Amino acid sequence: MTQKNEVRIGCGAGFSGDRLEPAVILAEKGDLDYLVLECLAERTIALAQKRKAADPSQGYDPLLERRIELLLPLLKQNKIRLITNMGAANPVAAADKIIGIAKRLGISIKVAAVIGDDVLEHISGDEIAMETGNSISWSGQTVSANAYLGAEAILPALETGADIIITGRVADPSLFVAPLVHEFGWSLDDADMIAKGTVIGHLMECAGQITGGYFADPVKKPVENMSTLGHPFAEVYRDGSAVIGKVDGTGGTITLATAKEQLLYEVTNPYQYLTPDVSADFTTVSLKQDVKDRIKVTGGSGSKKPSTLKVSVGYKAGFTGEGEITFAGTNALERARMAGEIMHERLNDQFPGLRVDYVGHTSVHPTSLAHDHKPYEVRLRLAGKAATADEAAIIGQEVEALYTNGPAGGGGVRKYVNEVIGIVSILMNRNTAKSSVVVKEYEY
Amino acid sequence: MSIKLYDIAHSRAGDKGNTLILSLIPFDEKDYELLCKLVTADKVKEHFKEIIHGEILRYELPNISALQFVCQQALAGGVTTSLVMDAHGKTLSYALLEMCIELHAG
Repeated sequence: MTQKNEVRIGCGAGFSGDRLEPAVILAEKGDLDYLVLECLAERTIALAQKRKAADPSQGYDPLLERRIELLLPLLKQNKIRLITNMGAANPVAAADKIIGIAKRLGISIKVAAVIGDDVLEHISGDEIAMETGNSISWSGQTVSANAYLGAEAILPALETGADIIITGRVADPSLFVAPLVHEFGWSLDDADMIAKGTVIGHLMECAGQITGGYFADPVKKPVENMSTLGHPFAEVYRDGSAVIGKVDGTGGTITLATAKEQLLYEVTNPYQYLTPDVSADFTTVSLKQDVKDRIKVTGGSGSKKPSTLKVSVGYKAGFTGEGEITFAGTNALERARMAGEIMHERLNDQFPGLRVDYVGHTSVHPTSLAHDHKPYEVRLRLAGKAATADEAAIIGQEVEALYTNGPAGGGGVRKYVNEVIGIVSILMNRNTAKSSVVVKEYEY
Repeated sequence: MSIKLYDIAHSRAGDKGNTLILSLIPFDEKDYELLCKLVTADKVKEHFKEIIHGEILRYELPNISALQFVCQQALAGGVTTSLVMDAHGKTLSYALLEMCIELHAG
């Protein structure tokens, strides 16, 4: 084990659809030891399972090829190790894909795939879903079950010496905790140190959210050079403190305000932020603006990791059908409402829970929060659930029929049908999910 | 005097299943006590009565001068199966900032 006193980790992607350049800039100019790409959400893994079911060689991140092609030469040149959950539903196929790219580029590479998060074979259907209180089979036919693995599962992959560590479902902060444990030799049982690493991982995991991207508001929270928004790196010290910064010359900003928003992001209990590694207490974290665009993070404490792992269970949830049409000019809202009422009358019996939204007026917050303004244009949106794709398509067809059946002046119809994979969560004894590592190598 | 939360604070929304999570962070840390006093869980529940159908828990984080509201049954079933356009509920941070508070409310 190396005995570094500082480890520098960049986060080049905060979700599957993230931009590609910030990771490249981090790999080029970030002076990194590790680059993390966090590309997996509950929803993303369910979609990946769908792709794997259709083609067993697929099921990894759709942007994997483009990301790896761009990054591979830089990683090699600057001796940066990549840790990513781009394996999604199929880490081994992802590793094979990476080897293929390395061959094409003539670069020697060692890839370690972390597997074992797929626990579908251990699922009976009788497990109780945390969201519904019912058995998971009650929700629908189970299609996938992925346990959130922790740093413990990533460590053996780091120990193989692999240049690239590719995982499926692991807890996002664990992607950062694992290299810190590996480099600093922290004990996985030292809850305070693991919690400090988890705080840093949580601040980093959404990439552009801490560099001011998703923070920006031109009136109250102005952020400069958003079009070249940089992603963050953390300079982490052996004592578990860190400074979070970004590459000079990139857009965005890192301030106390951006860091506070990110610290609390998706935290359902700041006293007990549960991961497979620890129960972390965020109420003891201290944030300080060091210099411009640099935040010092100290504190953070923890207690014993949970005895269970969270498992995301995907199930077939039928289909959604949608239809949209726009009205503009005088009385646009009145005509849109008339169309909405016609659609409601025609469709509501067949599609219980049918949504009728007025985009530009009351679409995402259909409530009295709306001020009674008169928009110049309004887009009517209908959405409903159905058991089959054919049935779901009726909604779009009915909206399209407004072209000749009125009211006046509607245009720009779009219609969509989507298969829905729902997600519920269960807890599983952590010993049931046995992780292991598959190593693939290419020598140029 | 009545002001909007938007004037003195910022917020980000997060989601976990059908649970909506809203932070509320004053621009000036001096306003933290004021927010603690005026933006109670009950007040947030009343503000969001047409959207949030479950319990709301408020956490205080004096270490970073911020409040966190954890709202149950708030996202029309949650991101994967919801029919709402903004299935994550990400826009709801700005709905919270629409709340008006009375600065001399005692």
